[in-house]
Amino acid sequence: MDKLKVLDSSLVSNYLNGDEKCFEILITRHKQRVYNFIFSKVLNKDIAEDVFQDTFIKVINTLKRGKYNEEGKFLPWVMRIAHNLVIDHFRKCNRMPKFKNTDEFDIFSVLGDGELNAEKQLIKEQILSDVRRVIDELPDDQKEVLIMRMYKDMSFKEISECTGVSINTALGRMRYALINMRKLIEKNNIILVN
Amino acid sequence: MMKLYTEKSSFKEQPKQETIQFLLNYSKALRIVKAKSKTFELHLN
Repeated sequence: MDKLKVLDSSLVSNYLNGDEKCFEILITRHKQRVYNFIFSKVLNKDIAEDVFQDTFIKVINTLKRGKYNEEGKFLPWVMRIAHNLVIDHFRKCNRMPKFKNTDEFDIFSVLGDGELNAEKQLIKEQILSDVRRVIDELPDDQKEVLIMRMYKDMSFKEISECTGVSINTALGRMRYALINMRKLIEKNNIILVN
Repeated sequence: MMKLYTEKSSFKEQPKQETIQFLLNYSKALRIVKAKSKTFELHLN
């Protein structure tokens, strides 16, 4: 088959009748123009390759489903598909804005990592250990109420029943426990911030 | 000005051969079967 003389419309027609070789001729004939058009818009080889592939997958699907309209010419039709996919690509980019770090501003200075890194984990453990040491310094009655409330998650009603004191006394012990803890922290210059 | 418009672009990049081969294989593997009002898409490897 003379590749140069056969019209696109004939190749499309033969392809629709099952001649896969005709599609190969079509793609070989037009690949450079389609690819160059896409590349001239997206200016990135990998993206151009992806859009080129998506374009021809759409071409194949439409042709095989018998939805190709013979009224239009083949290449302008393919170029229109490519053009629409390029627009889709830019729409996607706008939905997912990219950010480039500069010397003045690093995005990671405001974005937190949900997972603690090794350093932050060590600091957290140190803080928890300091808090335990401070609690150990409290008078026993205050320590007891604070541990029940903060570590065992008990209500003041449960604490009062457990310790045999009134709810108001339990509340008062908790209040003094916190006041004393603050004093101990200030006195010993303990930093409890990660 | 005419020269500017008639000059061919020096850019002659082409898609990768593997992309072309993928498309040819995709085309060969794809079968569309119509049954009554429904269309079935088959990928035969």
